[in-house]
Amino acid sequence: MIALIFRRFGFAAFTIAFVSVVMFAAVEALPGNVCTSFLQRFAQGPRLERCIEQQGLDRPALVRYGEWVAGAAKGDFGYSLKKRKPINELIWERFRNTALLGGIAALLAIPLAIFLGIVAGVRRDRPADLTLSSAAMLAMTIPEFVTATALIYIFAVTLQWFPAVTIVSPGASLAQMLPNIVLPVIVLSAVLVAHIMRMMRASVIDVMASDYVQMARLKGVPERQIIRKHVVPNAMIPALNVIALTIAWLLAGVVVVEKVFNYPGLGTLMIQAIYDRDLPMVQAIALIFSVIYVGVNLLADLAALALDPRLRRKGH
Amino acid sequence: MTKPLIKIDDLSLGFTARDGRQAPILRGVSLELRAGETLGIVGESGSGKSTVALAMMGYLKSGLSVFRGNAFFDGHDMFSLPEKERARLRGSSIALIPQNAGQALTPTLKIGQQIDEALRLHTDLDASARAGRVIELLSRVRLPSPEDMALRYPHELSGGQQQRAAVAMALAGNAKALLLDEPTTGLDVTTQAHILEFLRHLAQEMGVAMIYVSHDLGVIARVADRVAVMYAGQLAEEGPTREVLRAPQHPYTRGLLASIPRLGEPGIPASMPGVPPAVGSELTACAFADRCDQVRPECRQSVPALLETPHGRVRCLFSNDPGQPRETTIRDPQIKDARALTLDQVAISYSKIGWFDRLIGKKDPTPTVERATFGLKKGETLGLVGESGSGKSTILRAIAGLVGTQDGSVTLSDGESLAAPVNGRDRETLRRVQMIFQNADASLNPRQTIGEILATPLRLYFGLKGDDARKRAEDLLEAVRLPARYLDRFPGQLSGGEKQRVGVARAFAANPEVTLCDEVTSALDVSVQAAALALLTRLQKENGSSYIFVSHDLAVVRAVSDRVAVLYQGRICEIGPSAQVYAPPYHPYTSTLMGAVLEPDPDTAPALLANDMTEKSPPAKGCPFQRCCPRHMGDVCDTEVPPARDLGTGHLIHCHMLPEQLVRSADTSVDQVPEEAAENAMA
Amino acid sequence: MLKLLKTIVSRPSGAIGLGLTVFHILMALCAPWIAPFDPTAQNADAILIAPSAQHWMGTDTLGRDVFSRVLHGGRLAIAVTFSAAVLATLWGGFAGIFFGTVGGRVDEYSMRIVDAFLSMPWLLFLLLIISIGGAGPVTIIPTLGFFYGVAVLRVIRGAAMQVAARDFVTAAKARGEALWPILSREMFPNLSDILLVEGAMRWSWMLLAFSSLSFLGFGATPPTPDWGLMVAQERGLLSTAPWGVFWPCVALSSLIIGINLLADAVGKALGLDRATAIAV
Repeated sequence: MIALIFRRFGFAAFTIAFVSVVMFAAVEALPGNVCTSFLQRFAQGPRLERCIEQQGLDRPALVRYGEWVAGAAKGDFGYSLKKRKPINELIWERFRNTALLGGIAALLAIPLAIFLGIVAGVRRDRPADLTLSSAAMLAMTIPEFVTATALIYIFAVTLQWFPAVTIVSPGASLAQMLPNIVLPVIVLSAVLVAHIMRMMRASVIDVMASDYVQMARLKGVPERQIIRKHVVPNAMIPALNVIALTIAWLLAGVVVVEKVFNYPGLGTLMIQAIYDRDLPMVQAIALIFSVIYVGVNLLADLAALALDPRLRRKGH
Repeated sequence: MTKPLIKIDDLSLGFTARDGRQAPILRGVSLELRAGETLGIVGESGSGKSTVALAMMGYLKSGLSVFRGNAFFDGHDMFSLPEKERARLRGSSIALIPQNAGQALTPTLKIGQQIDEALRLHTDLDASARAGRVIELLSRVRLPSPEDMALRYPHELSGGQQQRAAVAMALAGNAKALLLDEPTTGLDVTTQAHILEFLRHLAQEMGVAMIYVSHDLGVIARVADRVAVMYAGQLAEEGPTREVLRAPQHPYTRGLLASIPRLGEPGIPASMPGVPPAVGSELTACAFADRCDQVRPECRQSVPALLETPHGRVRCLFSNDPGQPRETTIRDPQIKDARALTLDQVAISYSKIGWFDRLIGKKDPTPTVERATFGLKKGETLGLVGESGSGKSTILRAIAGLVGTQDGSVTLSDGESLAAPVNGRDRETLRRVQMIFQNADASLNPRQTIGEILATPLRLYFGLKGDDARKRAEDLLEAVRLPARYLDRFPGQLSGGEKQRVGVARAFAANPEVTLCDEVTSALDVSVQAAALALLTRLQKENGSSYIFVSHDLAVVRAVSDRVAVLYQGRICEIGPSAQVYAPPYHPYTSTLMGAVLEPDPDTAPALLANDMTEKSPPAKGCPFQRCCPRHMGDVCDTEVPPARDLGTGHLIHCHMLPEQLVRSADTSVDQVPEEAAENAMA
Repeated sequence: MLKLLKTIVSRPSGAIGLGLTVFHILMALCAPWIAPFDPTAQNADAILIAPSAQHWMGTDTLGRDVFSRVLHGGRLAIAVTFSAAVLATLWGGFAGIFFGTVGGRVDEYSMRIVDAFLSMPWLLFLLLIISIGGAGPVTIIPTLGFFYGVAVLRVIRGAAMQVAARDFVTAAKARGEALWPILSREMFPNLSDILLVEGAMRWSWMLLAFSSLSFLGFGATPPTPDWGLMVAQERGLLSTAPWGVFWPCVALSSLIIGINLLADAVGKALGLDRATAIAV
């Protein structure tokens, strides 16, 4: 058991290491370097030299990678080229805002999606299922920026219930942020709910067809209890994996949604950094997103371990 | 006369197509069962036997609906009862013991929790009383250390133990009737025999009625007071077990009994031609008419009614006519003196440990197969028999080159070594060894036509293409008695028996010297099995190929083999000419195995010699059977590899006991051994 | 083939999916001939005109005809994502079948890497690559193709493992067939259906991704007519001229839904249960 948990942590560490190598290597592989890419046609003379010195580009790649990783582990991501400040000073508040947005969306969406998935699976092919499944289909296929635009049109432009774009000064408190996140949370949640619900529904249908559910029926167990004790725990196991993978959509979606609502999170910061060709900043944010994502996957793995006694087999 | 406990009255049910057409699974079945009685329902796949049993609980699989008729349990009409009432009856008064307990137990709940659930639903006991009852039930089904079992998850139990846990769950509600749907199918013969004896005792002890569904007449003969024979969703015959098995009235029952190979009778049993009508098809004549050897014009005019006979009922217009006796065909193989294949001290190991484990000082596990030594003459059939984990299929796969050998030698007639796996063998060597698989369904590529399937080996080994290949493929189909038009069909369009014939034809396309048959008939119904065995025998005579025939079924092996090797945990226990292996003196394991075989004869009883246990891996040293042997002699069995004692004509018994000793006490059997102790010993 | 088409159309969702997909592809192909105006032609005299008989869908901030732009707006997206989908299906499908058939250590270690790739939020990675290599089809097609191919690989490998475990593959191995005939004759025909449906499904997700990129300003570049880009450009005038946003949204969504429905219908018609293999 301990060994199993250890393995999961090991894999998470491997993944983060792997992702960091790929990200670093991708930047290394580009023609020129971080400074030439940033400075474009001004990349010459003292300006370039200063940049190279500041970024430490004159040292071997391996050393720089080591320093980058070691720094990132301590929360030091180096210097932003554009803002000329340490990156960690710039991202903390943005990180908090994104965590608020993503966290609330996930907390709302995951339980709701699991519940709706169970309802749709149990009532397979009946009106409730058809309605839910069609809605999920729409939510999955319509791009976030379209959904967001539609919501803005209805709730911000026409009804004027919520602000269309986030207008807060830097350093806004959580309370000031809240009215601004309602629409973004709805957009993000819709996609999440749709994906997780579809998976949960499929999983419930699978389990409902299993021998042990038939057996429970023949044992005389009431339908509600069958669903609660026999179906849901077993249907959750394969669904967990997809929930974790859906978080990737959430993270990608965050970027788009933040852009639509001009929300001061990591996503908008990243997009701005790309416009500015501020590669150290882009790398830092991509790495933070990856770590969050790997962490979520790890949680899902551990939850599956807790739910499924078959995974806990000794010596496996 | 007491009121019947269960009464099925003219029940028809099945699927309804979108256009309103009805495809019946059951066609007017009527059955009765009294309290305390055991009814066996026997039939082949698609006969509707499981459906009728589930209908007794008022349960229909999804998509099915009742067309006509009723099912009464204890006076309640099960199909018109409100769902709540029905749920109350299920599990309390009538409980199911499923075919595959491993899949019927919820994987995320502990055994104790699942039994407790049934107790909470069907009794008024409080929590602590229920906890005590759970332990009581688990010990009643003779599970070792019940306190520990209650805390285990289903996957932590062996197959036999899961089945017992399912029985304990069924008993939780003090059921009046138990429904057993093939509860021992898929278990090893010795485990099956133990469970059946246990169920028999249970039925007598508690006076519960049992409905026992099985495809195996041997099982039915052992447990049932009365037997109902199902065919194409109808009752073909019904009556007391003894009468039905001794003097069957329906030609189908007669054919079925004749097609079962017997331990005591060598030779290929008589086969039944054709296949049953498709499930759900419309019947206008006797369902069996196309396969019946006594068919007369009247049989095709209408569906015959179920007629009363002195002992029971039969659906045949001419049940008085006993028909031609069906006889087994004695094989006369053409065995040459030359060897086709020689195995010498072969060892096979699946799992090798990694370099890391080696570094920290772990040792290689005991090989899966060890000291496998035997020869196979040209034109001869060697049967390999044993239970799951005996290594019989592993040996076959090693000869085929699908797994590598670790030690020893495997050689063909001219000394060509088969030690290398497939990718180290040249094409000619590959051609000389061919394999036929257990499951014909999985062994034919569903996306290739039969013609393409047969052309592949022809192209690979003989370079035949186009018309030449097609001509040869036609010949091959002809040899397995399939029409040439099948060349353009896909496997999905063939019946199970036909697919297996294609599998045989594919193997013979290579014109092999050694043909490896891996449980080739175990996925087939008995009536089809006999024909497949006859086909293999005929082809062997025509081609002079040598067979290695692997099966868990001792009677089938007896039917087709010249010599037999009995395997346990990857080691040969006994090998020799069939007649000698199937007669005393036996190796202690052979006699255990023979004792557990169930014959379709109500007057035979299995002898339970060893304990019912599942061993996961062979012992590191000594005799492979040491942990279960009823004749265990002491330390020598645990430490020394038993010597091969030659009883003449190549009959070898690997045992520390002398042959005289083995003969002497061959007939003293231990009827019930304390099983708790045995299962505790399990790894 | 005709039978398959019939089965697809027999369900309303299949008919709608097929209809929408075919409609959009036809429109994209014929846009230059159908469009009443040049999609890039600016007209300072006709800025933000509401839908009328002349401009069916109105005009945008630069006075360009929205209808003509919507007609052209799918061309780049469809071309880019279709190429990427083909690339993803080919490499993911091949690698998936290969690893599923070969199994063993090679498979085990490769899957660790694949899992690590799946553990990267790919859009962020795509953004990283774009910030290095610049936007445009040359960077986007291979990147989309690679990342979506990883997911295809995962799904196909799972299916291939099930096929490889069946006895006809064992029979081919025992017969001494080389790896290539096993992959192409025994494995592939049993996996082509799944691969087709998988590819179509990925295509619809790629379309979604590409439009999102365009919306962010990293996909199509102005003045190219592109749905995602059009929404981004006209969004500021949502309250006064919603038509500039509305029609590209409708066009994009209907195409994605159409492909999705079609893929689902093809899967059902081929008897596949796609339920468990949704977008990863």
